[in-house]
Amino acid sequence: MEQVMMNQLSYPILSTVIFAPVFGALLILVLTRRSWEAAAKWIALGTSIATFFLSLPLFIAFDKTTYKMQFAERRAWIPDWNVNYFLGVDGISVLFILLSTLTAILCVLISWNSIKTKVKEFYIAILLTTSFMIGVFCSLDFFLFYIFWEAMLIPMFLIIGVWGGPNRIYAAIKFFLYTLVGSVLMLVGIIVLYLYAGRTFNILELMTKTYPYTMQIWIFWAFFAAFAVKVPMWPVHTWLPDAHTEAPTAGSVILAAVLIKMGAYGFLRFSLPFFPEAAKAMTPVMMTLSVIGIIYGAVICLAQTDLKRLIAYSSVSHMGFVTLGIFALNSQGLEGGILQMLNHGVVTGALFLSVGIVYDRTHTRKIADYGGLASTMPIYAAFFMVFTLASIGLPATNGFIGEFLILLGGFTANKLAGVLASTGIIIGAWYMLWLYQRVFFMDINQKVIGLPDMDVRESLTLIPMLFLVFWIGVYPNSFLGFMHASVQHLIERVNTGGMQEASVAKTIMEVVR
Amino acid sequence: MNFQFPDLTPMMPELVMTALALAVLLLDLVIKKKEVLALISMAGVAFASLTLFAPPAVTFGTMYIADGYSTFFKIIFFINVILTVLISIKYIAVERVNYGEYYSLILFSTIGMMIMASAGDLIVLYLGLELMALSTYVLAGFIRHDMKSNEAALKYFLLGAFSSAFLLYGISLIYGLTGTTDLKAIAAFISERGLTDNFSLLLSVIFFIVAFGFKIAAAPFHMWAPDVYEGAPTSITAFMSVGPKAAGFAVLGRVFMVAFVSVKVDWAMILIPLAILTMAIGNIVALSQTNIKRMLAYSSIAHAGYALLGIITANNDGLASMMNYLMIYAFMNIGAFAVIIMLRSEGFKGENISDYEGLSKTHPLAALLMLIFMFSLTGIPPTAGFIGKLYIFMSAINAGYTWLVVVAVIFSAISAYFYLRIIMYMYMREPKTTVTLTTSFSNGVALAVTAVAVLVIGIMPAQLLELAKAAIKGF
Repeated sequence: MEQVMMNQLSYPILSTVIFAPVFGALLILVLTRRSWEAAAKWIALGTSIATFFLSLPLFIAFDKTTYKMQFAERRAWIPDWNVNYFLGVDGISVLFILLSTLTAILCVLISWNSIKTKVKEFYIAILLTTSFMIGVFCSLDFFLFYIFWEAMLIPMFLIIGVWGGPNRIYAAIKFFLYTLVGSVLMLVGIIVLYLYAGRTFNILELMTKTYPYTMQIWIFWAFFAAFAVKVPMWPVHTWLPDAHTEAPTAGSVILAAVLIKMGAYGFLRFSLPFFPEAAKAMTPVMMTLSVIGIIYGAVICLAQTDLKRLIAYSSVSHMGFVTLGIFALNSQGLEGGILQMLNHGVVTGALFLSVGIVYDRTHTRKIADYGGLASTMPIYAAFFMVFTLASIGLPATNGFIGEFLILLGGFTANKLAGVLASTGIIIGAWYMLWLYQRVFFMDINQKVIGLPDMDVRESLTLIPMLFLVFWIGVYPNSFLGFMHASVQHLIERVNTGGMQEASVAKTIMEVVR
Repeated sequence: MNFQFPDLTPMMPELVMTALALAVLLLDLVIKKKEVLALISMAGVAFASLTLFAPPAVTFGTMYIADGYSTFFKIIFFINVILTVLISIKYIAVERVNYGEYYSLILFSTIGMMIMASAGDLIVLYLGLELMALSTYVLAGFIRHDMKSNEAALKYFLLGAFSSAFLLYGISLIYGLTGTTDLKAIAAFISERGLTDNFSLLLSVIFFIVAFGFKIAAAPFHMWAPDVYEGAPTSITAFMSVGPKAAGFAVLGRVFMVAFVSVKVDWAMILIPLAILTMAIGNIVALSQTNIKRMLAYSSIAHAGYALLGIITANNDGLASMMNYLMIYAFMNIGAFAVIIMLRSEGFKGENISDYEGLSKTHPLAALLMLIFMFSLTGIPPTAGFIGKLYIFMSAINAGYTWLVVVAVIFSAISAYFYLRIIMYMYMREPKTTVTLTTSFSNGVALAVTAVAVLVIGIMPAQLLELAKAAIKGF
């Protein structure tokens, strides 16, 4: 296979990274009793840190000059169906693995004191989710991808439903059903592709095939059902505010930082290269939905009274930028989209972590219950300020780079979409600064008097995010560098792939008309 | 023509099982500890399973067929009977119906199913079906002192007799038309004479669909299922939801793919709306159930709908996917019933869904197992249920029924709600009453076997898929 490079390391690194958390979860299951909560926590922390360090070689040894799949592993799995255990990463997916492993550590740290019931089960669920998320990003076999994609619903459903807020059951079931409906439609699409391409689930092989135009359109929408729900794009975003709001802090962080990226990743990995003609034909629709999402999400944010809900809706707005960038179908847009996915993971993840920190103290998420926090928790206020500014997209923070690239790409593709999307940034500044004002300045609220500032553990959860905000903001090339070759290859595929046959199909359709 | 004694070796499993059932019936008179009978039954079934793997053969003329297809179904029946006995031992003592006939009836019923799976002739088919059905009627009413159980038995019997009449009517019509009851001869006659447009043939096909639809609990012939499943002893509910259903599918596949293969366009046209209706009624009505046995009754109706897709595809791949599905269904459904059965204790029914509130807190292991079975029934990877559904969907799409699969996946997504509800009660609510579990070693074995099977098949399905494929090869 020419699209795959040999694993440049001497050991199967991707499998190691995927199964390390599973191993940790098994350790917790077997070794600890219900009463040994501390043991479960420490094992979870140790596992997640180990997983992060295990994933670091991906960052260091990655060959940025090629679009080919790296660190590949391949084994026969179900010969009857031609299913293989096939892993590999390219410039589009590699950073998300690192984001996932980093997020896992922060999730364990932030839950240290706030999860008090079923502690053992909680950390098992967190570790399993991490493993499945990493699996989603490295799978190069559609069957394997789908297994990880769906399996992740199980621990996530439990995290929201068992350890969540007052309305958690409703949120958990809504989350599960929304994503399940999307996923099963994608499954039908996958089977159709599998049969059409001569019984193969190999993603790289499927990419080289050309599909008839009508089939492209149908399956594009079947995949859209799965990916748009996960992103979430307007109008299928309604599960997100509920799930983000009701989930425990760690659950919100996983959702915001990694899980919803999987939808956008799906567009990049499957929809664009598989169905280039359909993707191009659907660009106006996708851009419209993205712009609606950007503006709608931002405007709704202005009306929120709940801290987490506000950040949740801001995700709808920010993910709108991501899909806008992706469907601009040019290198600035795509790279901006991918970088913005990363940025959103860092910034929104950090914002949810921050909300979790005060929630542990006050047990309220109402904005009205806060005020004057800057004088009681000054260090915390400083951290929150940075993340607020990054969320708005101030230069020198990571948000600026991503949004700038997306708008650049968006303007090139469609001027109106670019103009409308920029209003989202303006409203974004409005609701974020207003939020900051209401929570940290103004009169000191009774409920926040005498709150202790952040302790070491809490600072440790935010410092990596702070570091990333400035790293990406000041020197984005160390991340964009990963993407260039892969994005270039993707654009070539979209622009040339399937051109001839599709145009024949179009001519035939016109003749028939 | 000289009389030649038929070769009995192809029906060795049935003979061993019959001897076993009779032995259990007789030993019941002398053995006071009924648990011993259970052990004898299981050991006997294990022994009978050794005789299963013989080369394919036909005996009694062409009336009796032992091929890969029938062997695969017999494996399902054996798994079904062993798991049922395992979950029954303690349970029938709790229900105070610890009688020895219980085990011999289960064995007789299983023999009936085996005969159905091997039937190469409509008369043999009918014999097997009645043997299975009569034993199951009695089993459904086995809790004599319970009105609901009696009601279940009577209802099952009346409607079952009704469906048998349909079957006989169908058989007589086909006999009148072709002059034979042999499946292959029927097929040959139909294609030779060009009878594919014959009205009585169509009528006969419809009667067969009614009769078999009753056995597999396909809508609109499912009316009996919820009441019977609810009233029957829980162990028998588990038994009925797997065995007779699989046997029904076995004959459905055999009769329609052999005798009526030349009119497959017609019967597929009838089965498609039936499958959609079955999935719709099963999944939608299950949403509002408060009794878990009733809920699983509707769920089993829905699963019949998915498995019907395998028949509708009308090719070997479809049949293999249907067989694979039924095997997986046996494990996950009996597993779920093995959990349900533990909640039944002296003076506590434990059948309400609300009885599961907070189970994860009081009995975490039982809750975890139930969680696995519920996700498997929903069809979420990495459980076996996903593999089963995927195979069915793949073969249906390959046969050109993409739209039907879209319908099926939508219903499958709807089904998630009522399975999730059980998980939600177990994990996300606080326990209101303290539920004591009736645990026993045998039930534990059944749970371990089913849970391991569900996970192993879910992660490494290659062997089972190969088995199903090999079984269908000589069909």
